[in-house]
Amino acid sequence: MKKSLGMNSSLNAARPDFALIAAWVKPGAKVLDLGCGDGSLIRFLRDSRGSRGYGVEIDDANVLACFNNGVNVIQSDLESGLQSFESGSFDYVVLSQTLQAVKNTENIIKEMLRVSKEGIVSFPNFGYWKNRLQVLSGHMPVSEALPYQWFDTPNIHNCTLGDFEEFCGQHGARILERRVMSGNRQITFMPNLLGMLAFYRFEQQK
Amino acid sequence: MLMQDSNSFSTVTPQVARFDTPLHLKSGAVLDSYELVYETYGELNAARSNAVLVCHALSGNHHLAGLYDDNPKSAGWWNNMIGPGKSIDTQKFFLIGVNNLGGCHGSTGPASIDVRTGKCYGPNFPVVTVEDWVQTQVRLADYLGIDQFAAVAGGSLGGMQALQWTLDFPERVRHALVIAAAAKLTAQNIAFNDVARQAIITDPDFHGGDYYSHGVIPRRGLRLARMLGHITYLSDDSMAAKFGRELRNGALAFGYDVEFEIESYLRYQGDKFASQFDANTYLLMTKALDYFDPAFPHNNDLSAAFRFARANFLVLSFTTDWRFSPERSRAIVRALLDNELNVSYAEITSSHGHDSFLMEDRHYHRLVRAYMDNVVV
Repeated sequence: MKKSLGMNSSLNAARPDFALIAAWVKPGAKVLDLGCGDGSLIRFLRDSRGSRGYGVEIDDANVLACFNNGVNVIQSDLESGLQSFESGSFDYVVLSQTLQAVKNTENIIKEMLRVSKEGIVSFPNFGYWKNRLQVLSGHMPVSEALPYQWFDTPNIHNCTLGDFEEFCGQHGARILERRVMSGNRQITFMPNLLGMLAFYRFEQQK
Repeated sequence: MLMQDSNSFSTVTPQVARFDTPLHLKSGAVLDSYELVYETYGELNAARSNAVLVCHALSGNHHLAGLYDDNPKSAGWWNNMIGPGKSIDTQKFFLIGVNNLGGCHGSTGPASIDVRTGKCYGPNFPVVTVEDWVQTQVRLADYLGIDQFAAVAGGSLGGMQALQWTLDFPERVRHALVIAAAAKLTAQNIAFNDVARQAIITDPDFHGGDYYSHGVIPRRGLRLARMLGHITYLSDDSMAAKFGRELRNGALAFGYDVEFEIESYLRYQGDKFASQFDANTYLLMTKALDYFDPAFPHNNDLSAAFRFARANFLVLSFTTDWRFSPERSRAIVRALLDNELNVSYAEITSSHGHDSFLMEDRHYHRLVRAYMDNVVV
């Protein structure tokens, strides 16, 4: 699922998206990473924040990669929910670069809010100007953050910053923080146009 | 003692440990003394930190890997998993295989002589449980000078023993490998076990379990029990793939002799087993399976049962295993997660049913290797 940023590469502490997520995670927190790929993020959070973490992953090769990385991984299909996890049992549930590939988006957000105090989501911003340009020129976008051709993409639910924020509002998720990145740079000016990757931290609306 | 080639042991020798401290069993019975047969592979390191105990399944024994000197066909039951350079690497770990108490491969069991009577224990051998086995295995660990196992591993009934270790001796096991196991049997499983037992007990040669003194064995019952068991260890798909509806002689015979290849196979397996395994041991082992239920003393709350467990866990299941289905493994995982224990779980796609855990499967073996490579010794 999480191939859009080349997740099969070995742990790379320089990855700006990891650093950004880590900055939101309190030291020693309990973290669940959904669609954890090879477990690099779990390992990064463990090593940099002292977090206790589990990954959830469906793909056999990624599960094996997690084993090799020495991180806890539970092989399971996100689409069928998070039944193995007790309500409120995590400090953070992370859905990094996976939201756009999930079939049942509403259910996964609901489950994230159930098992955890806070959710962290990152996704490629479909509203990024280069994507818009490609659509305007009559083509589906292919870019660094969306590296697939329209016919072989795992990404079925692309959205923009505006779309996601509206979705959160409708689904009882209160956004606590947002960061928008383009490469290594953080974007504050016109983020829905200039941002390539979006990061949100949210909680259950009280 | 051991000579090694590139990926297998060329010779292995079983050893015997004798225990003369009375053993109080869960049933209330007491065994004054007993012997356990075991084998070891690899070398215990100076820190005594690299020992791995491998617990056997229903019909298993202590012979995990390698060959006996005098028998080129004597490869151990987990030879594809254990050995130099294999997934559980004996160049890193010191492996111990043990024949459980009540067994019929050298450890004290129903066919052993009871010194008080000078006769075989037979039906008087006490019922043993998974907890009892763990108790005997910790004594074996003491005997071998091992304070803490790097890992305790097992498939099926062996996985149950690995689980029990983490409950009874949390400080003495760092990792538990629980493969194709369950935290308790389903009613369907107990039903299968009882049909198997009834086949043995109602065999005219059973003689109330005292067939030793009659010079016979309940071969027919044991054979039926194994045939039934064997069906449940395979999957419908694997049987279809291996045997289909192939006829032995190409045409229907309209009789009750062997016609289909599957019948031939099951009868062969049944006969082989009946000539190698003790019927009373089979009864004991299936009872141990039925009784295993660590959640029972905790109001059926499995999470509560693991409250004091400290080990790191590897839980593996196989998609076509309907006797110990992935759902059963996920229940174990859930209980471990509830206790915030380190656990990894993989659900391995395999067509071989419950027997998958003994099969050569690349992904399965790579998972175990990757996990064991990260075990610190």
